[in-house]
Amino acid sequence: MTASTDTVQTVRSLSQEGYKYGFVTEIEADEAPPGLSEDTIRFISAKKEEPVWLLEWRLSAFRAWLKMTQPNWAKLHLTPIDYQAATYYSAPKKSPGPKSLDEVDPELLRTYEKLGIPLREREALAGVAVDAVFDSISVATTFKEELAKLGIIFCSMGEAVREHPELVRRYLGTVVPQNDNFFAALNSAVFSDGSFAYVPSGVRCPMELSTYFRINAAKSGQFERTLLVADASSYVSYLEGCTAPQRDENQLHAAVVELIAHEDAQIKYSTVQNWYPGDAEGRGGIYNFVTKRGACRGARAKISWTQVETGSAITWKYPSCVLEGDHSIGEFYSVAITNNRQQADTGTKMIHIGKDTRSTIVAKGISAGRGQNTYRGLVRVQPRAQDARNHTQCDSLLIGDRCGAHTVPYIEVRNPSARVEHEATTSKISDDQLFYCRQRGLSAEDAVSLIVNGFCKEVLKELPMEFAVEAQKLLAVSLEGSVG
Amino acid sequence: MLEISNLHARLADGREILRGIDLSVNAGEVHAIMGPNGSGKSTLAAVLAGREGCMVGEGTVTYLGHDLLAMAAEERARAGLFLAFQYPVEIPGVNNVYFLRTAANAQRRHRGEPELDAGQFLRAVRAKLKLLDIGEDLMQRAVNVGFSGGEKKRNEIFQMAMLEPRLAILDETDSGLDIDALRVVARGVNEQRAPDRAIVMITHYQRLLGYVEPDRVHVLQDGRIVESGDKELALELERRGYGLIGDAA
Repeated sequence: MTASTDTVQTVRSLSQEGYKYGFVTEIEADEAPPGLSEDTIRFISAKKEEPVWLLEWRLSAFRAWLKMTQPNWAKLHLTPIDYQAATYYSAPKKSPGPKSLDEVDPELLRTYEKLGIPLREREALAGVAVDAVFDSISVATTFKEELAKLGIIFCSMGEAVREHPELVRRYLGTVVPQNDNFFAALNSAVFSDGSFAYVPSGVRCPMELSTYFRINAAKSGQFERTLLVADASSYVSYLEGCTAPQRDENQLHAAVVELIAHEDAQIKYSTVQNWYPGDAEGRGGIYNFVTKRGACRGARAKISWTQVETGSAITWKYPSCVLEGDHSIGEFYSVAITNNRQQADTGTKMIHIGKDTRSTIVAKGISAGRGQNTYRGLVRVQPRAQDARNHTQCDSLLIGDRCGAHTVPYIEVRNPSARVEHEATTSKISDDQLFYCRQRGLSAEDAVSLIVNGFCKEVLKELPMEFAVEAQKLLAVSLEGSVG
Repeated sequence: MLEISNLHARLADGREILRGIDLSVNAGEVHAIMGPNGSGKSTLAAVLAGREGCMVGEGTVTYLGHDLLAMAAEERARAGLFLAFQYPVEIPGVNNVYFLRTAANAQRRHRGEPELDAGQFLRAVRAKLKLLDIGEDLMQRAVNVGFSGGEKKRNEIFQMAMLEPRLAILDETDSGLDIDALRVVARGVNEQRAPDRAIVMITHYQRLLGYVEPDRVHVLQDGRIVESGDKELALELERRGYGLIGDAA
């Protein structure tokens, strides 16, 4: 207790000291100097005109981070990351960007075409400076007005800090504490922007909330922070990412997502992740270290994660549910593809605390090329979680003979009434299946895509309709070149 | 339509299974290829359909004027060659109708015909199901998953009906069928006899030939066609057995 009071005071004095010269001279700069220090954090916070409490919050995260080391328990091989070489803030300036699609990398355009992305959207995705032809800002405004009528808040994290500080302060870091893990602490210290949503009691959000209609807004950057709160008896479905390949110069991404579902509330969170995976030899590609966690705070709350992970060179991600409320429900549906040299170590944690809590895990891992795919999942049943139930289904599909699939389940049960089931299968796309499809006229690649989509069906059907169709095409594109 | 000349083929382990097959099949004809187990019947079907793992030594196969052996398996399928599998393969999670529509559209694209949307295709499916007296229940299940032996074979014949091939090769489609399923399959085959379509039935028994009357019957033994004749030959085989034929040859 005294220790933390001390810390707070230290932080205050330091931050006030920092205020003296930390940013006043540098405030005109658009970019923080490379490296990570308390000055960097003060600079970021000042640039974003944040209240003092948030600066302190960031600083305490930074101090926690300094004492931590990068975790190495995942089955991932990566080159060491130099955290002092990175730049942690650059202004959301308008980059010149290509003037038209003619100036865009043709390979990127071909992929858009395969994914069936409408022409106008391709421009936006490729970063073409868009004019009135496709004014997503006005579209977003229309949506926002409609949401506001229902009392729903949906905005960037930065805006939320300015306009709804009481909500942000009440919930931020309550699911993923600043010192939760190395990457979460880093994110808490330097997070750039992200999304915030609040759905009031009894309101059913009438549309899928999506970062998509913020596509022309400033890039959220490599340290994205998302916070969604569903008040009692409300419902919200949130879509993150898009199927179009996304390039980013920042190799390290460390996002944090926190979900809070109060009594009888439901949150459905769907992700399609297609960051640049690097080339066939594994050069380049995003390192994606994400902490996602949802808390079912009230009775009968429900949180459902669905993810389709096809991109990134490294994926380290375990969207989790903390089932505090009695009868609350957690779900995790996942498809992870690794092709070429990609590595994924992904899964979930289901923490059963309340009585009669239920969780379902369906994880589908597909490995091709030299890809390595690990499912890592924890099911924990706490002593008070009477009659908790979990069902886990982990299926791995191998394409070729140079890839790997690994399943690492952790099960901790501290209540004898719990029922925990774990099923796992590993299979290969057989020559018989390929020949059968080809004999009916499908090309080998179409055959693989068909078989893989069948394999992933249980997960894909959890995605919102329009997302599911895109995701199917994405699976096919991600596996190109894996046979033949 | 199909001209096989002096065809030799080995399995990956080096065993020579086909040792000089000669066979000529014209449009509109139904041929039966009979023979004991291990005579090379299924290998012949696999070689014609383009399965990898069967290595063709010498010989030629001409199909509709094309060098069949130079074509990839999917190219043969798109050119109208259909194989009804002896052991149809399961594809979990893939809806049967969806699978078939994907196949049909791949073939239509190849022929420059417009693709069929889900609604159009489903109407065509219903019409064919009625014609072949096959229930709709199989259509919404995953391809061959959990199908009984009879259901799998019926499904193969149904696929044939939907894809409307020029040359259909039925590999032991009658094996493992009870009498009712055999009748359904035979009816399906008979419905699909057409002047521009040839059907090659590979079978161990004469049973199916009681329902589908062949124009020509061939006896395959030790990788060669040792005897050919009309439907009477099949009846004769049934009486005296393959062993005697072998001796006679």
